[in-house]
Order: sequence, then structure tokens, then C-alpha cells
Amino acid sequence: MVRLVAGLVAGLVGLVLIPAMVFAQSEPLRIEITDGVIEPMPFAVPDFVAGGGAAAVELSKQLARVVASDLSGTGLFREIPASAYISKVTDFSAPVQFADWKAINAQALVVGEASVSGKRLTVKFRIYDVFSGAELGTGLQFVGSSDGWRRMGHKVADVIYSRITGEGGYFDSRVVFMSETGPKNDRRKRLAIMDYDGAGVQYLTDSSAIVLAPRFSPNGDRVLYTSYETGFPRIYVLDVGKVKRRVLEHQDATMSFAPRFSPDGRTVVFSLYQGGNTDIYTLPVSGGKSKRLTSAPSIETAPSYSPDGQQIVFESDRSGTQQLYIMGASGGEARRISFGKGRYGTPVWSPRGDMIAFTKQSKGRFHIGVMRVDGSQERLLTASFLDEGPTWSPNGRVIMFTRETQGAKGRASLYSVDISGRNLRPVRTPDGASDPAWSPLQK
Amino acid sequence: MRNLSRLLIIGMVLGLAACTNTGGYDDANSVDLNNSGAGLVSDQTSPAYFQQAIGDRVLFLVDQATLTDTARAVLDAQAGWLSLNTDYQAIIEGHADEQGTREYNLALGARRADAAREYLISRGVAGNRVKVVSYGKERPLEICSDESCYSQNRRAVTVLSGGLTG
Repeated sequence: MVRLVAGLVAGLVGLVLIPAMVFAQSEPLRIEITDGVIEPMPFAVPDFVAGGGAAAVELSKQLARVVASDLSGTGLFREIPASAYISKVTDFSAPVQFADWKAINAQALVVGEASVSGKRLTVKFRIYDVFSGAELGTGLQFVGSSDGWRRMGHKVADVIYSRITGEGGYFDSRVVFMSETGPKNDRRKRLAIMDYDGAGVQYLTDSSAIVLAPRFSPNGDRVLYTSYETGFPRIYVLDVGKVKRRVLEHQDATMSFAPRFSPDGRTVVFSLYQGGNTDIYTLPVSGGKSKRLTSAPSIETAPSYSPDGQQIVFESDRSGTQQLYIMGASGGEARRISFGKGRYGTPVWSPRGDMIAFTKQSKGRFHIGVMRVDGSQERLLTASFLDEGPTWSPNGRVIMFTRETQGAKGRASLYSVDISGRNLRPVRTPDGASDPAWSPLQK
Repeated sequence: MRNLSRLLIIGMVLGLAACTNTGGYDDANSVDLNNSGAGLVSDQTSPAYFQQAIGDRVLFLVDQATLTDTARAVLDAQAGWLSLNTDYQAIIEGHADEQGTREYNLALGARRADAAREYLISRGVAGNRVKVVSYGKERPLEICSDESCYSQNRRAVTVLSGGLTG
């Protein structure tokens, strides 16, 4: 709770606890997220009650839809359609008719209220464990600008997800990606940003130059990406709020690409091609001298920091094929962690620090997979003609990636999959899309 | 503009009996006919001759940057042309097919372009006349998803700049 209160920003001006009504306590409503097959938990999110203000009538419905969509999208919950409801919720404070929700097998019930005063939206909600007839946790209230109503819906869903699974949420987050149009031999790419669920796409660059592989800063305020606007690939850093950018790295007769921030946001690790060879370097974001971390004659690229900033995972073909390696954050001896058959690339350290997501090529197919940091317990989550470029959800439970279809009409789009391998689903975007990078949870 | 360039070049190719290069122009970065005067294929000092008659590109095997015998022969001829036509600079564009991850393919394309550049230098072309750039898998010429297309996309293309302008 403290975390949430501390984390509020601009759009959302406040959050308070609503005094809990008195109910008998019993076993809490709970989903244990494991790798086994699970039956999604049936839940109901009736339209929120319109508490006041003309705009609240529509928003109260929309908010419930955002919450329901977030929860259903995890694959851990199954929404019971409104057509099955016996009870109506017309008063946020009225006692809940648990028998009516039990009868339709809703294990969880979310009741909310939205009221609008001027540009100010207030959202209250409570989560009920229907079968024990008790409230789960305490009611909460978010206050903010009505323009930010979708974010409020995501925040409500994050609280519900957290309370029921015991894990951090990931719905109030954004994704930067390349929006793609045109055929394969004349593809136009624009840097774009959207909510994690594909809503609210905004474009951050035009398509006059090739742009590639954006990456968020640790607090989501900046994006690193690669652009060919000078004719050569160079790394740029873009301020998301102001949509202002500057070139980060520029040396003649070099190419720089594959940038990522360090966890403290002060350093960029990237690949630099110079004198016939691609190696890994770091550079202070504020400027200064770059530091070389690898110096093998092989290709070293796709570096990604551990969450504590102490280590870097990267790919190298020093053994003859692309494999994954881990070295210290200032370089030095690297140890190989991938040993399976095939090629391994684009490693990304999980936000929890315990796993590496990667792209694997084997027998003409591409896979997104995860392994433990020591290389054990490799698990392939997907298989297709071309899957690549995993990015972690803020809570480390879900991976988003690019899938490109085969042939002359091949098109790239985004998918997400649970790290258990379940719940593979497309992320809808207006055009083609590639190279997703997931932001941290918004504050 | 691009379509016009293409038509002009195709027209020139059709007018030439023996052409050693079937895909003899780079779609994204062809010499701009208006600005640098690609000239006629029949003019041995023209970029058009370089592109069409000598061949502006070399192809690579899967996940390789090693020059084949065919590639060396093309680069020998490129080096010969560059040593006679000293007004021109070159950028070698390295490319990869779609069967690889984006970052690796950028590095692989760079390695291919560099292999071509090093060979030209070994044949007497001054290093400061030849730059490299990699497009990885971002600029395929052929768009099918089998080897007939992939083999054309794994390429290093020597694109001329400079020369007689205006």
C-alpha cells in the first residue's frame, strides 16, 4: 500500500483506503502461479456504479471493461459474462448478495464506483471473495485526471491481480516498439509507444530513416534506440515526455547498435562495430568516454544487465555459433551458459534476476525461451517461422516478442506468452509491429 | 524517383547484350542518376558500367562472411575499376537474410562488408576511399522465404559516391 501511495504521479493525484466493512475472515482467495495446468478463476466485474457527474455514466462501464480485459488477458482468470448475472450492483456501499454471485460460480467479485467532478475522476473499488463471503483486503480509492481513466482501470486490475496471486502486477505499463508498414522490401518503421495492451498508440519518430530496437530506461522516462538518420546506425536517447532526442554515440567509421540502460539509468551498454569487429562497450549517458568490455575477434552483441547491475549477459559466436555468455559489468572473463543444440541470441535478464529470456534458432525454427542464470532448466515457450526479441513484463511473469510470418507477404506483429508457456496471445496494434520493449510499472 | 531510376537502369540493361549482373542495382541506395550521373553502361568510366558490367555485389553462404572465388573475381574487377576511376568513393553495404536475430545480423552484415573492403584494400584501393555500413536484415531485395531469395539477400553491395557531379 505504501508502495502505491508513494508511486503516484501527475495523472493520478491520490489514493486512499476506504474503511473496510466488517466480514468474517476465512481462507483468502488465491491463485498460486505454478507451471502446472491451472483452471482460470471465474470472476465478475459488473459495470462500476456511476457515482456522479455526466461523464461517469460512460466511464463507469469502460473502467469495468479495462479491469476485466486485464484480468482475462493473464489466462489466470475467466470473466463471467454480464448476461449470467442474477444481481445488479447499483450501490457501491450496499451489502453484496453473495448467494447470487455464488449461484453463477463467480469466485471473485469486483465492485467499483466512478464519479467525475470537472476533470477529476474518483474510482473506488472493493474485491470480494464470494465463497467465503468476505472482502479481500481493503477497499481502495484512486483520484486523478479523467483523461487518465484507462490507467486507473489498469491500476485497479494491478491491485486485484496482486491480491489474488501474491505477485506484482503489470497492467499499468507501456511498450515501445517499431510500428511497421509496407512490403518486406520497402518496409517503413516508426518508433511508437502504447499501453501494454495495445491501446493509445503514439508515434515518436517518422519513417524517414531506419529505426530499430528501442529500450526503456529503468524508470520509463527515456528510450534508447538505433537510427540510420546519418546513413550509419547510431544510438539515440529520446525523452518520452518531451519527444526530444539526441545522438548518444558518434565516432567516424563505426556503427553502434543494441543499446540498453544499466539498472541505475546512468550507463548504456551497447555494441560497437569498429575495424572489422563488433564488441561490447559501455558509455555514461551524460557523456564521456566509452569503455570497451570485450575484445574477441568474434561478434559480441545484444548485452543486457542483471537487475543489480553487477553482471551482463550477451551473445557471442566465439565458439563458432551464437551462444549466451555472462561477464562482470566491467568486462573480463565470460562464462558460457547456453549449451543446447542450435543458436542462442538476444538474451534479456529477468526483472527478478533469476532467469534469462532468449531467442533460439534450431532446425529452421525460431523459439522464445527461458533458462536459469546458470543455464539450467532451459524451456522453450514458443515455436514459429520467426520469433525473436523477448522483453519481460515488469513482474517477470510474461514475455512479449516479435513474430514474423513467412513468405513474400510476411508481416511482423507482437505476441505475449506466460513464462509457463501458457497463454500465447497476439498484442493488437494498428499496423505491423516489432521489437517490443516493456516499461517498468508506471508510478 | 526510385521507380524512375529503376526504369532507366532496366532500360540500359536491356540494351546491353552481355550483362553479368541480374540484380544490378541496389534498391535503397542506388547511385542517384540526377546527381552523380550514373551514365551509360557503354561508358566504362560510368557508375552504370560498374553496377551492371562489373557487378556491384558479392554474395555469401549462410552465416558466413568468407569470400567465395566468384566474389573475389567480382572484387578484383571492382578494385581495378576503382583504381582507374579515382574520383569515386565507395560505401560497402553489408546485408543478411531474414534467418537470424536482428542484432546478430547487423554484426554479420558488417563482417561481410568488411570482408569485401579488406579485399579491395588488398588489391590496392586506398582504405580511406571505402566505408562500410551494415543493414542486417532490414533491407532485403528478394522477399520470398526460401533459399532462392535468401542467397540474393546475403550480399555486400559496393555503392559509389562522388565522381563527376552536376
